[in-house]
Amino acid sequence: MADINYLPGKEPHAREHRMIFRNVDRAGWDTSIATYLKEGGYEQLKAALKMEPKAVTEEVKKAGVRGRGGAGFPAGLKWTFIPPNNTKPVYLICNADESEPGTFKDRYIIHQDPHQLIEGMAIACFAVGAKLAYIYIREEFPEGAKILEKAIAEAREKGFLGKNIQGTGFDLEIYVHRGAGAYICGEETGLIESLEGKRPYPRIKPPYFPAAMGLYLCPTIVNNVETLCHVKHIIQMGGDEYAKLGTPNNTGTRILCVSGDVQKPGYFEVQVGKVTMGELIHDMCGGLKPGRKLKAVIPGGSSAKVLRGGEVFKIKRGDAMVDVSLEDIPMDFDTLAACGSMAGSGGVIVIDDSRSISWVLNNLNAFYAHESCGQCTPCREGSLWMKKITDRLVAGQGAPGDIDTLDSVARQIDGRTICAFGEACSWPTEAFVAKFRDELVADTNPGTADAIVNRETLLAAANLAQ
Amino acid sequence: MSEELVSVQIDGEWHQFPKGTRMIEACRQAGREVPHYCYHPKLSSPGNCRMCLVEMGMPPRPKPGEELPLDEAGHPPIQWMPRPVIACANTVAPNMGIRTDSPLTNACRQGVMELLLINHPLDCPICDQAGECSLQEFSVEHGRGESRFREQKVKKPKNVDIGPRVRLDDERCIMCSRCIRFTDEIADDPVLGFTDRGSHTVLTVHPGQQLANNYSLNTVDICPVGALTSNDFRFQMRVWFLKETNTIDTNCATGANIVVYSRENVIYRITPRQNNEVNSDWMPDSHRLNFHWINSELRLTAPLVRENGVFRECSWAESLQVAADRLRSYAGGDIAIIVSARLTNEELLMAKRLAALLGTDLIAAVPRTGEADNYLVSADRNPNMNGVKLILGLDDPVAKLGEIRSGLAGGTVRALIVLQENVIDDAGFTAEELGRADFVLSTYPLANPTADASDVVLPGACWAEKSGTMINVTGRLQRLKRAIDGPGLTLEPWELLRDLIQALGGGNGIYSADELFKQLTHDYPEFAGLTLSQVGDLGVPLIETGQTIPLIERERERKARGIIVG
Ligand SMILES: Cc1cc2nc3c(=O)[nH]c(=O)nc-3n(C[C@H](O)[C@H](O)[C@H](O)COP(=O)(O)O)c2cc1C
Ligand code: SF4
Ligand code: SF4
Ligand code: SF4
Ligand code: FES
Repeated sequence: MADINYLPGKEPHAREHRMIFRNVDRAGWDTSIATYLKEGGYEQLKAALKMEPKAVTEEVKKAGVRGRGGAGFPAGLKWTFIPPNNTKPVYLICNADESEPGTFKDRYIIHQDPHQLIEGMAIACFAVGAKLAYIYIREEFPEGAKILEKAIAEAREKGFLGKNIQGTGFDLEIYVHRGAGAYICGEETGLIESLEGKRPYPRIKPPYFPAAMGLYLCPTIVNNVETLCHVKHIIQMGGDEYAKLGTPNNTGTRILCVSGDVQKPGYFEVQVGKVTMGELIHDMCGGLKPGRKLKAVIPGGSSAKVLRGGEVFKIKRGDAMVDVSLEDIPMDFDTLAACGSMAGSGGVIVIDDSRSISWVLNNLNAFYAHESCGQCTPCREGSLWMKKITDRLVAGQGAPGDIDTLDSVARQIDGRTICAFGEACSWPTEAFVAKFRDELVADTNPGTADAIVNRETLLAAANLAQ
Repeated sequence: MSEELVSVQIDGEWHQFPKGTRMIEACRQAGREVPHYCYHPKLSSPGNCRMCLVEMGMPPRPKPGEELPLDEAGHPPIQWMPRPVIACANTVAPNMGIRTDSPLTNACRQGVMELLLINHPLDCPICDQAGECSLQEFSVEHGRGESRFREQKVKKPKNVDIGPRVRLDDERCIMCSRCIRFTDEIADDPVLGFTDRGSHTVLTVHPGQQLANNYSLNTVDICPVGALTSNDFRFQMRVWFLKETNTIDTNCATGANIVVYSRENVIYRITPRQNNEVNSDWMPDSHRLNFHWINSELRLTAPLVRENGVFRECSWAESLQVAADRLRSYAGGDIAIIVSARLTNEELLMAKRLAALLGTDLIAAVPRTGEADNYLVSADRNPNMNGVKLILGLDDPVAKLGEIRSGLAGGTVRALIVLQENVIDDAGFTAEELGRADFVLSTYPLANPTADASDVVLPGACWAEKSGTMINVTGRLQRLKRAIDGPGLTLEPWELLRDLIQALGGGNGIYSADELFKQLTHDYPEFAGLTLSQVGDLGVPLIETGQTIPLIERERERKARGIIVG
């Protein structure tokens, strides 16, 4: 591999393993197909087209790559859920809605390396038998949509899309569909409804599992942008070789997006599980701001349950139970789940001791109350109720019992809704109450508003702290 | 083909249900009703209200080589899931367990009820739905009794004009989407939708559109709360004061099954009553609202006899005596009878007897036709033309109308009896034509031009004031039931016919409509062996007509495809 130079100040950290982000912030790189082809672009598609579709899926299964959109479901396994006797058209959808707060990775792929995504999608479509694929992109990425449109046109012109691709008889069209600005369009069945031209009301599962009854009630595979990019590298390396990256059951690389109270927030592509939370924060992100202590980390996008600074987790390692401190958690799917949270979308939100927990929780609650699609009762009514309670906390108008009510409202949502937004909006409350109850209860005392929303906190939040 | 049955444990008891049965229906059949808002058996199931959450379990998966221990009755143990499931959209599976009354299930219901109520306006004292509101009912059963909600409620539009007959109160809407699904899936007029998000979601009509289709009022019926109300019924009467009568609609040959709500002999509203063979759960607005004339000032309230060109009110005895005396003076061949296809089979039997007694066979019925709407409204706007054909034994009861007209013109028809019709307005007769007859007797509920041209006018009860049976477009025999008393001296048509026959000297010992029905079972093989209780509230197939009801056919198809429960 040729030496790769990155833009000054944007060089990857030494602990990074750049694969998906290889070309992000790269000097002399652009989004044209010419540039992409110079570095072996579309060679993996050509290789895949010489394989049996089933064999492609088999490699992806062997690679063990887990979905990078949030749920961490093994991609290869998902592809095998298309009913074997299916006679309907199969669709593939690339979920480019990237709206989970704290997550900013797919946008760099789209804006800087669109052909990597298109190649990954084309291989995936070949594997699952899709002749039509959509990229559902959030409306806040107008430039990204244009870049993708142009890339698709270029790929079509070069015979990597369209009819009879590379003379193999395989046909594929990819269309870009822009959302209209709703977080729920990232939920795969909400996305499908939206793509069908309706309100993005998520569907009940069962019966509407996309792999069986998705877009227009046809089998549909929905994968995240990053997940689909991995497919290209799996074909390149072979599934077994890919699986050596990362750790067992947590294979490959993934992009961690760190935001919040660190010196150097940003994105870091690392081998899954090969970097600990402490290394990520203190080493890769340059540590906390001067004089600050780690108060909490939300490890996998805003919906992930918060972990408390100094918390020690009991997890299984081999047959033994061991204690792991927050800083020693390897950033992988299984360990974060064992710690009671999740790797989610890879958005790591760091919270230091300058933050009021009531304020943080209120911020999250405001997001979820605003984004609840409103279809099902618990989430529709509960998300706004939780927000209104924390509104009062922040305004110094808390009342005794508020925190218990808050927690019980969250538990009236969790596990009882149509889609996983129910968990996404209730887990923050459940986790913050579980881990910061004392601070929250203290804030229910009237008159604490100033302590919660002080000048320093507000400035810091706006990144204006002196 | 025998249906595959699966064993399901509901609240500890094992039952068997056909494969594919929805959990909510299985529970209902087992006598464990599951509260619900969004679920409606005739509509698709979005699963949005979450009121029907129940605890569910399945037998644990045995380890390889291991077998599950079975209880004495051969049932496997059940492993209960920590997550509740909706009973409305999920189907039963072999050896599934359902708990409709467990701590988890009850906690779910209490939670959903609390959340539905926090932003609800609690307008009950001024809400038309009060008394038949699912929100009220379930909050009594599953609510908390006190509110923990300290916040401001969400404000939404009230008293929204969404169409000519339906009014919307968005604050009361629980966003179950039943109305949206109805207009989309049944009425093919998808004008309703939600706008905005989260707790600020509001139901609305799409820009520039109105909820104006002829089935719009069905949304009011299926709205589980008072969000959609009928302009016609709004603020008219508390529902618990109303008497309910199960009867049928007589505005067309479909004979939609309905409930008439009345108080003190005044009808306040009509709603469809479920009959999956006739009208499903629906009815057209045009039929539903066609009742206000019943209480109008134009009602005939006493028999009238014309003397020296002016009408005089008189008693039944006197009017019938006059009529009988006049009729006796004609030979049978001089007399013609026009019946209404709005008469019941029982009344038609009496009309037939009258004709026999008078010795005439010149008997015809007035047609009433319009366009079929491809839903429930039949092209035949008479409710009982099939009855006319069967009871009078006429293949074409309308054709004879022409004969009567030429008879009037040619002077061969000298006496005319018009039973419950206004032939001038509804059959194209003229006053002048009727004037050619020597004697005209007419009966009708309202004052009308035909009555004006008659010598004796008798007040006959309208459909809501009489009982009997009719045969609908598909050949189904259905019961019409008296909901209110007719005004003044009004008599049911069969009664006044009975009395007229008696006055003519033809007593027959029949004193009730039920006895007439028995007579039908004697006289007509089609009716043989039937009893009124067999006909019941839902009717029975009586004759083959080869006709179908389009909406019903479409629902059957949706049911076959598993989209609806039906
Ligand atoms: C409320 C909600 C929002 C979501 N938003 C996104 C999103 O923005 N991008 C995404 O890829 N997946 C999102 N997901 C996850 C998708 O539903 C789906 O699981 C994912 O796209 C599958 O792709 P993967 O298997 O490659 O991760 C969201 C899920 C929920 C419940
Ligand atoms: S859980 Fe929330 S976002 Fe998901 S369907 Fe229900 S209301 Fe909509
Ligand atoms: S909808 Fe029901 S609960 Fe609401 S105001 Fe009307 S009667 Fe009361
Ligand atoms: S108006 Fe009534 S039927 Fe329509 S969504 Fe609201 S509550 Fe449901
Ligand atoms: S009845 Fe509404 S979710 Fe089941």
